[in-house]
Amino acid sequence: MTLYLQTLPFLLDGLLITLLVSVGVVLLSILVGIPAGCALVFGPLWARVPIRLYADFVRGVPILVLLYFVYYGLPAIKVNLPSLTAAIVALTAFKTAQIIEIARGAFQSIPIGQTEAAKSIGLGLFDRFVYVLAPQAVRRFLPPFINSVVDTVKGSSLVSLLGIVDLMLSLQQVIGRTHVALPLYAMGALMYFAINFPLSALSRRLERRFV
Amino acid sequence: MANYHFNFAIVWRYAAKLFDGLLLSIELAALTIAIGMAIGLVLALIELDGPRWAKPFIRGYVEFVRNVPLLLLVYLVFYGIPTAIDLEYDATTSFVATLAIYSGAYLVEILRAGLAAVPGGLIEAGKAIGLTPTGVLVHVRLPMALRIALPSLSNTYVSLFKDTSIASAIAVPELAYGMRWIETQTFRTVEVYLMATPIYLVTSYAILLLLRQVERRYAIARQGK
Repeated sequence: MTLYLQTLPFLLDGLLITLLVSVGVVLLSILVGIPAGCALVFGPLWARVPIRLYADFVRGVPILVLLYFVYYGLPAIKVNLPSLTAAIVALTAFKTAQIIEIARGAFQSIPIGQTEAAKSIGLGLFDRFVYVLAPQAVRRFLPPFINSVVDTVKGSSLVSLLGIVDLMLSLQQVIGRTHVALPLYAMGALMYFAINFPLSALSRRLERRFV
Repeated sequence: MANYHFNFAIVWRYAAKLFDGLLLSIELAALTIAIGMAIGLVLALIELDGPRWAKPFIRGYVEFVRNVPLLLLVYLVFYGIPTAIDLEYDATTSFVATLAIYSGAYLVEILRAGLAAVPGGLIEAGKAIGLTPTGVLVHVRLPMALRIALPSLSNTYVSLFKDTSIASAIAVPELAYGMRWIETQTFRTVEVYLMATPIYLVTSYAILLLLRQVERRYAIARQGK
Protein backbone atom coordinates (compact mmCIF):
# COMPACT_ATOMS: atom_id res chain seq x y z
CA MET A 1 0.00 0.00 0.00
CA THR A 2 2.81 2.42 0.89
CA LEU A 3 4.28 1.66 -2.52
CA TYR A 4 1.18 2.95 -4.24
CA LEU A 5 1.10 6.05 -2.07
CA GLN A 6 4.76 6.73 -2.82
CA THR A 7 4.29 6.40 -6.56
CA LEU A 8 1.17 8.52 -6.59
CA PRO A 9 2.90 11.96 -6.81
CA PHE A 10 4.82 10.83 -9.91
CA LEU A 11 1.70 9.48 -11.54
CA LEU A 12 -0.24 12.64 -10.73
CA ASP A 13 2.48 14.76 -12.37
CA GLY A 14 2.09 12.57 -15.42
CA LEU A 15 -1.67 12.80 -15.26
CA LEU A 16 -1.37 16.58 -15.31
CA ILE A 17 0.59 16.43 -18.58
CA THR A 18 -1.96 13.98 -20.02
CA LEU A 19 -4.75 16.41 -19.14
CA LEU A 20 -2.80 19.40 -20.43
CA VAL A 21 -2.16 17.71 -23.78
CA SER A 22 -5.77 16.51 -24.06
CA VAL A 23 -7.34 19.86 -23.19
CA GLY A 24 -4.95 21.76 -25.46
CA VAL A 25 -5.61 19.43 -28.36
CA VAL A 26 -9.39 19.52 -27.93
CA LEU A 27 -9.52 23.33 -27.68
CA LEU A 28 -7.23 23.92 -30.64
CA SER A 29 -8.97 21.41 -32.84
CA ILE A 30 -12.39 22.90 -32.04
CA LEU A 31 -11.03 26.31 -32.95
CA VAL A 32 -9.86 25.10 -36.35
CA GLY A 33 -12.19 22.16 -36.96
CA ILE A 34 -15.60 23.74 -36.51
CA PRO A 35 -15.05 26.67 -38.91
CA ALA A 36 -13.45 24.26 -41.37
CA GLY A 37 -16.37 21.84 -40.98
CA CYS A 38 -18.85 24.67 -41.65
CA ALA A 39 -16.82 25.72 -44.68
CA LEU A 40 -16.98 22.13 -45.92
CA VAL A 41 -20.78 22.22 -45.82
CA PHE A 42 -21.57 25.82 -46.77
CA GLY A 43 -18.38 27.09 -48.38
CA PRO A 44 -17.42 27.56 -52.02
CA LEU A 45 -15.71 24.81 -53.96
CA TRP A 46 -12.21 26.29 -53.62
CA ALA A 47 -12.57 26.03 -49.84
CA ARG A 48 -14.23 22.61 -49.83
CA VAL A 49 -11.64 20.78 -51.92
CA PRO A 50 -8.56 21.44 -49.74
CA ILE A 51 -10.52 20.75 -46.52
CA ARG A 52 -11.85 17.48 -47.96
CA LEU A 53 -8.35 16.44 -49.05
CA TYR A 54 -6.88 17.37 -45.68
CA ALA A 55 -9.48 15.44 -43.68
CA ASP A 56 -9.23 12.37 -45.91
CA PHE A 57 -5.45 12.43 -45.85
CA VAL A 58 -5.10 12.71 -42.08
CA ARG A 59 -7.75 10.10 -41.35
CA GLY A 60 -6.00 7.58 -43.58
CA VAL A 61 -2.76 7.64 -41.58
CA PRO A 62 -2.20 6.27 -38.04
CA ILE A 63 -1.80 8.91 -35.29
CA LEU A 64 1.52 7.35 -34.37
CA VAL A 65 2.90 8.02 -37.86
CA LEU A 66 1.70 11.64 -37.67
CA LEU A 67 3.40 12.03 -34.29
CA TYR A 68 6.68 10.62 -35.58
CA PHE A 69 6.38 12.72 -38.71
CA VAL A 70 6.02 16.00 -36.82
CA TYR A 71 8.63 15.17 -34.21
CA TYR A 72 11.28 13.36 -36.27
CA GLY A 73 10.40 14.33 -39.83
CA LEU A 74 9.89 18.09 -39.71
CA PRO A 75 13.32 18.92 -38.20
CA ALA A 76 14.84 17.67 -41.48
CA ILE A 77 13.21 20.63 -43.20
CA LYS A 78 14.27 22.99 -40.42
CA VAL A 79 11.05 22.96 -38.43
CA ASN A 80 12.35 21.98 -35.03
CA LEU A 81 9.60 21.70 -32.43
CA PRO A 82 10.09 20.77 -28.78
CA SER A 83 8.53 17.40 -28.01
CA LEU A 84 5.47 18.71 -26.18
CA THR A 85 4.67 21.21 -28.95
CA ALA A 86 5.24 18.57 -31.61
CA ALA A 87 2.91 16.18 -29.81
CA ILE A 88 0.17 18.80 -29.50
CA VAL A 89 0.57 19.83 -33.16
CA ALA A 90 0.36 16.24 -34.40
CA LEU A 91 -2.58 15.25 -32.20
CA THR A 92 -4.37 18.50 -33.09
CA ALA A 93 -3.87 17.84 -36.80
CA PHE A 94 -5.51 14.45 -36.31
CA LYS A 95 -8.31 15.66 -34.05
CA THR A 96 -9.11 18.59 -36.36
CA ALA A 97 -9.82 16.16 -39.19
CA GLN A 98 -12.22 14.26 -36.95
CA ILE A 99 -13.95 17.44 -35.74
CA ILE A 100 -14.37 18.53 -39.37
CA GLU A 101 -16.12 15.24 -40.12
CA ILE A 102 -18.31 15.41 -37.01
CA ALA A 103 -19.33 19.00 -37.77
CA ARG A 104 -20.07 18.10 -41.39
CA GLY A 105 -22.16 15.13 -40.28
CA ALA A 106 -24.05 17.29 -37.78
CA PHE A 107 -25.08 19.81 -40.44
CA GLN A 108 -25.74 17.32 -43.20
CA SER A 109 -28.01 15.16 -41.08
CA ILE A 110 -30.45 18.06 -40.72
CA PRO A 111 -33.31 17.43 -43.18
CA ILE A 112 -33.27 19.73 -46.19
CA GLY A 113 -36.86 20.68 -45.33
CA GLN A 114 -35.58 22.75 -42.43
CA THR A 115 -33.54 24.93 -44.76
CA GLU A 116 -36.42 25.19 -47.22
CA ALA A 117 -38.86 26.13 -44.47
CA ALA A 118 -36.44 28.77 -43.16
CA LYS A 119 -36.06 30.19 -46.66
CA SER A 120 -39.79 30.25 -47.19
CA ILE A 121 -40.37 32.37 -44.08
CA GLY A 122 -37.80 34.80 -45.45
CA LEU A 123 -34.70 34.12 -43.36
CA GLY A 124 -31.38 35.10 -44.95
CA LEU A 125 -28.29 32.91 -44.94
CA PHE A 126 -27.05 34.29 -41.61
CA ASP A 127 -30.42 33.98 -39.83
CA ARG A 128 -30.95 30.50 -41.26
CA PHE A 129 -27.62 29.46 -39.82
CA VAL A 130 -28.05 31.06 -36.40
CA TYR A 131 -31.72 30.29 -35.69
CA VAL A 132 -32.39 27.09 -37.60
CA LEU A 133 -29.32 25.08 -38.50
CA ALA A 134 -26.82 25.77 -35.71
CA PRO A 135 -29.12 24.90 -32.76
CA GLN A 136 -30.01 21.58 -34.36
CA ALA A 137 -26.43 20.88 -35.40
CA VAL A 138 -25.12 21.38 -31.85
CA ARG A 139 -27.36 18.58 -30.59
CA ARG A 140 -26.09 16.20 -33.24
CA PHE A 141 -22.52 17.38 -32.77
CA LEU A 142 -22.20 16.87 -29.01
CA PRO A 143 -22.46 13.06 -28.56
CA PRO A 144 -19.84 12.12 -31.19
CA PHE A 145 -17.71 15.07 -30.10
CA ILE A 146 -17.56 13.87 -26.50
CA ASN A 147 -16.65 10.40 -27.75
CA SER A 148 -13.83 11.98 -29.67
CA VAL A 149 -12.66 13.73 -26.47
CA VAL A 150 -12.40 10.26 -24.93
CA ASP A 151 -10.34 9.21 -27.95
CA THR A 152 -8.10 12.24 -27.42
CA VAL A 153 -7.34 11.28 -23.83
CA LYS A 154 -6.62 7.73 -24.97
CA GLY A 155 -4.55 8.90 -27.93
CA SER A 156 -2.54 11.26 -25.73
CA SER A 157 -0.85 8.17 -24.27
CA LEU A 158 1.09 7.93 -27.55
CA VAL A 159 3.05 11.07 -26.65
CA SER A 160 4.95 8.87 -24.19
CA LEU A 161 6.67 7.41 -27.26
CA LEU A 162 8.21 10.84 -27.92
CA GLY A 163 9.61 10.86 -24.39
CA ILE A 164 7.03 13.18 -22.88
CA VAL A 165 6.39 12.17 -19.28
CA ASP A 166 2.62 11.87 -19.35
CA LEU A 167 0.63 9.39 -17.26
CA MET A 168 1.70 6.54 -19.55
CA LEU A 169 5.43 7.26 -19.37
CA SER A 170 5.41 8.11 -15.66
CA LEU A 171 3.76 4.73 -15.19
CA GLN A 172 6.54 3.08 -17.21
CA GLN A 173 9.19 4.90 -15.17
CA VAL A 174 7.65 3.96 -11.85
CA ILE A 175 7.41 0.34 -12.98
CA GLY A 176 11.03 0.48 -14.11
CA ARG A 177 12.05 1.49 -10.61
CA THR A 178 9.77 -0.72 -8.54
CA HIS A 179 9.36 -3.79 -10.78
CA VAL A 180 5.74 -4.03 -9.71
CA ALA A 181 4.23 -4.23 -13.16
CA LEU A 182 0.72 -5.59 -13.20
CA PRO A 183 -0.80 -3.72 -10.21
CA LEU A 184 0.67 -0.42 -11.37
CA TYR A 185 -0.57 -0.89 -14.94
CA ALA A 186 -3.97 -1.69 -13.50
CA MET A 187 -3.82 1.46 -11.40
CA GLY A 188 -2.88 3.55 -14.45
CA ALA A 189 -5.72 1.95 -16.40
CA LEU A 190 -8.13 2.92 -13.62
CA MET A 191 -6.88 6.51 -13.73
CA TYR A 192 -7.58 6.73 -17.47
CA PHE A 193 -10.89 5.01 -16.88
CA ALA A 194 -11.82 7.52 -14.18
CA ILE A 195 -11.41 10.36 -16.69
CA ASN A 196 -13.00 8.68 -19.67
CA PHE A 197 -15.90 6.72 -18.27
CA PRO A 198 -17.89 9.77 -17.07
CA LEU A 199 -17.37 11.34 -20.51
CA SER A 200 -18.55 8.19 -22.31
CA ALA A 201 -21.58 7.99 -20.04
CA LEU A 202 -22.38 11.66 -20.68
CA SER A 203 -22.10 11.10 -24.42
CA ARG A 204 -24.56 8.22 -24.28
CA ARG A 205 -27.02 10.26 -22.23
CA LEU A 206 -26.88 13.19 -24.60
CA GLU A 207 -27.33 10.83 -27.52
CA ARG A 208 -30.47 9.37 -25.98
CA ARG A 209 -31.82 12.80 -25.19
CA PHE A 210 -31.02 14.55 -28.45
CA VAL A 211 -31.17 12.06 -31.25
CA MET B 1 12.87 22.63 -47.70
CA ALA B 2 15.27 24.15 -50.22
CA ASN B 3 18.39 22.89 -48.49
CA TYR B 4 17.26 19.31 -48.11
CA HIS B 5 18.93 16.89 -50.49
CA PHE B 6 16.71 13.97 -51.22
CA ASN B 7 18.31 10.59 -51.42
CA PHE B 8 15.81 7.85 -52.01
CA ALA B 9 18.39 5.31 -53.20
CA ILE B 10 19.64 4.53 -49.72
CA VAL B 11 16.13 4.18 -48.34
CA TRP B 12 15.14 2.06 -51.32
CA ARG B 13 17.77 -0.47 -50.31
CA TYR B 14 15.73 -1.19 -47.20
CA ALA B 15 12.37 -1.13 -48.96
CA ALA B 16 11.89 -4.79 -48.05
CA LYS B 17 11.53 -3.70 -44.41
CA LEU B 18 8.55 -1.59 -45.39
CA PHE B 19 7.04 -4.25 -47.61
CA ASP B 20 7.39 -7.02 -45.03
CA GLY B 21 6.12 -4.58 -42.42
CA LEU B 22 3.03 -3.83 -44.48
CA LEU B 23 2.33 -7.54 -44.93
CA LEU B 24 2.64 -8.10 -41.19
CA SER B 25 0.39 -5.11 -40.48
CA ILE B 26 -2.28 -6.54 -42.76
CA GLU B 27 -1.89 -9.99 -41.22
CA LEU B 28 -2.18 -8.55 -37.71
CA ALA B 29 -5.29 -6.62 -38.72
CA ALA B 30 -6.91 -9.64 -40.41
CA LEU B 31 -6.17 -11.94 -37.49
CA THR B 32 -7.42 -9.54 -34.84
CA ILE B 33 -10.55 -8.76 -36.83
CA ALA B 34 -11.32 -12.49 -37.12
CA ILE B 35 -10.84 -13.09 -33.39
CA GLY B 36 -12.49 -9.81 -32.45
CA MET B 37 -15.57 -10.63 -34.57
CA ALA B 38 -15.87 -13.99 -32.82
CA ILE B 39 -15.63 -12.31 -29.40
CA GLY B 40 -18.04 -9.59 -30.47
CA LEU B 41 -20.63 -11.95 -31.94
CA VAL B 42 -20.66 -14.35 -29.00
CA LEU B 43 -20.87 -11.57 -26.43
CA ALA B 44 -23.54 -9.67 -28.39
CA LEU B 45 -25.69 -12.81 -28.53
CA ILE B 46 -25.18 -13.48 -24.83
CA GLU B 47 -26.06 -9.90 -24.01
CA LEU B 48 -29.27 -10.05 -26.05
CA ASP B 49 -30.46 -13.61 -25.41
CA GLY B 50 -28.32 -14.90 -22.57
CA PRO B 51 -28.90 -15.01 -18.83
CA ARG B 52 -29.36 -11.72 -17.08
CA TRP B 53 -26.36 -12.16 -14.75
CA ALA B 54 -24.00 -12.21 -17.74
CA LYS B 55 -24.91 -8.71 -18.85
CA PRO B 56 -23.02 -6.68 -16.19
CA PHE B 57 -19.84 -8.63 -16.97
CA ILE B 58 -20.08 -7.87 -20.67
CA ARG B 59 -20.86 -4.21 -19.95
CA GLY B 60 -17.87 -4.08 -17.59
CA TYR B 61 -15.56 -5.51 -20.25
CA VAL B 62 -16.81 -3.17 -22.94
CA GLU B 63 -16.66 -0.05 -20.77
CA PHE B 64 -13.24 -0.85 -19.36
CA VAL B 65 -11.59 -1.57 -22.70
CA ARG B 66 -13.18 1.35 -24.51
CA ASN B 67 -12.09 3.89 -21.92
CA VAL B 68 -8.44 2.88 -21.54
CA PRO B 69 -5.66 3.66 -24.07
CA LEU B 70 -4.73 0.81 -26.41
CA LEU B 71 -1.04 1.47 -25.70
CA LEU B 72 -1.61 0.86 -21.99
CA LEU B 73 -3.45 -2.39 -22.70
CA VAL B 74 -0.60 -3.46 -24.98
CA TYR B 75 1.94 -2.83 -22.22
CA LEU B 76 -0.29 -4.41 -19.62
CA VAL B 77 -0.58 -7.64 -21.58
CA PHE B 78 3.04 -7.75 -22.77
CA TYR B 79 4.93 -6.54 -19.69
CA GLY B 80 2.37 -6.82 -16.89
CA ILE B 81 0.68 -10.20 -17.14
CA PRO B 82 3.84 -12.36 -17.48
CA THR B 83 5.06 -10.99 -14.10
CA ALA B 84 1.91 -12.20 -12.39
CA ILE B 85 1.30 -15.59 -13.98
CA ASP B 86 3.68 -18.13 -15.41
CA LEU B 87 2.98 -17.68 -19.09
CA GLU B 88 5.35 -16.94 -21.93
CA TYR B 89 4.43 -15.42 -25.26
CA ASP B 90 6.21 -13.35 -27.89
CA ALA B 91 5.42 -9.74 -28.74
CA THR B 92 3.38 -10.58 -31.85
CA THR B 93 1.11 -13.05 -30.05
CA SER B 94 0.74 -10.60 -27.21
CA PHE B 95 -0.24 -7.80 -29.57
CA VAL B 96 -2.74 -9.92 -31.49
CA ALA B 97 -4.37 -10.96 -28.22
CA THR B 98 -4.52 -7.35 -27.00
CA LEU B 99 -5.90 -5.89 -30.21
CA ALA B 100 -8.43 -8.72 -30.45
CA ILE B 101 -9.68 -7.98 -26.93
CA TYR B 102 -9.70 -4.27 -27.76
CA SER B 103 -11.55 -4.71 -31.05
CA GLY B 104 -13.98 -7.13 -29.41
CA ALA B 105 -15.24 -4.34 -27.16
CA TYR B 106 -16.03 -2.16 -30.17
CA LEU B 107 -17.46 -4.98 -32.26
CA VAL B 108 -19.82 -6.14 -29.49
CA GLU B 109 -21.53 -2.76 -29.57
CA ILE B 110 -21.83 -2.69 -33.35
CA LEU B 111 -23.07 -6.27 -33.64
CA ARG B 112 -25.50 -5.89 -30.76
CA ALA B 113 -27.00 -2.84 -32.46
CA GLY B 114 -27.14 -4.81 -35.72
CA LEU B 115 -28.85 -7.81 -34.12
CA ALA B 116 -31.29 -5.57 -32.28
CA ALA B 117 -32.23 -3.86 -35.55
CA VAL B 118 -33.40 -7.06 -37.25
CA PRO B 119 -37.16 -6.56 -37.68
CA GLY B 120 -39.19 -8.75 -35.31
CA GLY B 121 -41.49 -9.77 -38.14
CA LEU B 122 -38.65 -11.53 -39.94
CA ILE B 123 -37.76 -13.55 -36.85
CA GLU B 124 -41.43 -14.52 -36.44
CA ALA B 125 -41.59 -15.44 -40.10
CA GLY B 126 -38.56 -17.65 -39.58
CA LYS B 127 -40.26 -19.38 -36.67
CA ALA B 128 -43.48 -19.69 -38.65
CA ILE B 129 -41.80 -21.67 -41.44
CA GLY B 130 -40.50 -24.05 -38.78
CA LEU B 131 -36.91 -22.97 -38.25
CA THR B 132 -35.33 -23.93 -34.94
CA PRO B 133 -33.85 -21.07 -32.84
CA THR B 134 -30.43 -21.95 -34.29
CA GLY B 135 -31.94 -21.96 -37.77
CA VAL B 136 -33.45 -18.53 -37.19
CA LEU B 137 -30.09 -17.30 -35.94
CA VAL B 138 -28.09 -18.67 -38.86
CA HIS B 139 -30.51 -18.01 -41.71
CA VAL B 140 -32.36 -14.89 -40.56
CA ARG B 141 -30.78 -12.91 -37.74
CA LEU B 142 -27.08 -13.11 -38.58
CA PRO B 143 -27.31 -12.36 -42.31
CA MET B 144 -29.59 -9.40 -41.61
CA ALA B 145 -27.59 -8.12 -38.65
CA LEU B 146 -24.30 -8.27 -40.53
CA ARG B 147 -25.77 -6.40 -43.47
CA ILE B 148 -27.18 -3.72 -41.20
CA ALA B 149 -23.89 -3.41 -39.29
CA LEU B 150 -21.67 -3.41 -42.38
CA PRO B 151 -21.00 0.37 -42.69
CA SER B 152 -19.96 0.61 -39.01
CA LEU B 153 -17.92 -2.55 -39.34
CA SER B 154 -15.94 -1.18 -42.31
CA ASN B 155 -14.97 1.94 -40.38
CA THR B 156 -13.88 -0.12 -37.39
CA TYR B 157 -11.84 -2.48 -39.61
CA VAL B 158 -9.94 0.44 -41.15
CA SER B 159 -9.20 1.99 -37.79
CA LEU B 160 -8.01 -1.40 -36.52
CA PHE B 161 -5.60 -1.57 -39.44
CA LYS B 162 -4.25 1.83 -38.41
CA ASP B 163 -4.08 0.71 -34.78
CA THR B 164 -1.64 -2.05 -35.74
CA SER B 165 0.98 0.72 -35.86
CA ILE B 166 0.95 0.69 -32.05
CA ALA B 167 2.55 -2.77 -32.19
CA SER B 168 5.81 -0.97 -32.98
CA ALA B 169 5.89 0.13 -29.31
CA ILE B 170 6.68 -3.46 -28.30
CA ALA B 171 8.97 -4.03 -31.30
CA VAL B 172 6.64 -6.09 -33.47
CA PRO B 173 8.24 -5.60 -36.91
CA GLU B 174 5.20 -4.15 -38.70
CA LEU B 175 5.11 -1.14 -41.00
CA ALA B 176 5.58 1.65 -38.42
CA TYR B 177 8.43 -0.30 -36.87
CA GLY B 178 10.09 -0.82 -40.25
CA MET B 179 9.72 2.90 -40.90
CA ARG B 180 11.43 3.85 -37.63
CA TRP B 181 14.08 1.18 -38.17
CA ILE B 182 15.10 2.52 -41.57
CA GLU B 183 15.06 6.04 -40.18
CA THR B 184 17.46 5.23 -37.36
CA GLN B 185 19.70 3.28 -39.76
CA THR B 186 19.93 5.86 -42.52
CA PHE B 187 18.78 9.18 -41.03
CA ARG B 188 16.89 9.79 -44.30
CA THR B 189 13.86 10.84 -42.30
CA VAL B 190 11.86 12.73 -44.91
CA GLU B 191 12.33 10.05 -47.56
CA VAL B 192 11.17 7.29 -45.22
CA TYR B 193 8.04 9.20 -44.30
CA LEU B 194 7.39 10.06 -47.94
CA MET B 195 7.35 6.34 -48.62
CA ALA B 196 5.63 4.98 -45.51
CA THR B 197 2.81 7.52 -45.24
CA PRO B 198 1.44 6.81 -48.75
CA ILE B 199 1.65 3.09 -47.99
CA TYR B 200 -0.63 3.54 -44.97
CA LEU B 201 -2.88 5.93 -46.87
CA VAL B 202 -3.28 3.71 -49.93
CA THR B 203 -3.82 0.57 -47.86
CA SER B 204 -6.41 2.23 -45.59
CA TYR B 205 -8.38 3.50 -48.56
CA ALA B 206 -7.99 0.24 -50.47
CA ILE B 207 -9.52 -1.60 -47.52
CA LEU B 208 -12.27 1.02 -47.22
CA LEU B 209 -13.12 0.93 -50.95
CA LEU B 210 -13.17 -2.85 -50.93
CA LEU B 211 -15.58 -2.85 -47.99
CA ARG B 212 -17.74 -0.16 -49.63
CA GLN B 213 -18.06 -2.52 -52.62
CA VAL B 214 -19.20 -5.27 -50.27
CA GLU B 215 -21.66 -2.84 -48.67
CA ARG B 216 -23.11 -1.93 -52.05
CA ARG B 217 -23.39 -5.58 -53.03
CA TYR B 218 -25.26 -6.48 -49.84
CA ALA B 219 -27.14 -3.25 -49.24
CA ILE B 220 -30.61 -3.65 -47.85
CA ALA B 221 -33.38 -1.76 -49.57
CA ARG B 222 -34.69 0.30 -46.67
CA GLN B 223 -38.42 -0.02 -46.20
CA GLY B 224 -40.80 1.68 -43.81
CA LYS B 225 -42.28 -0.61 -41.20
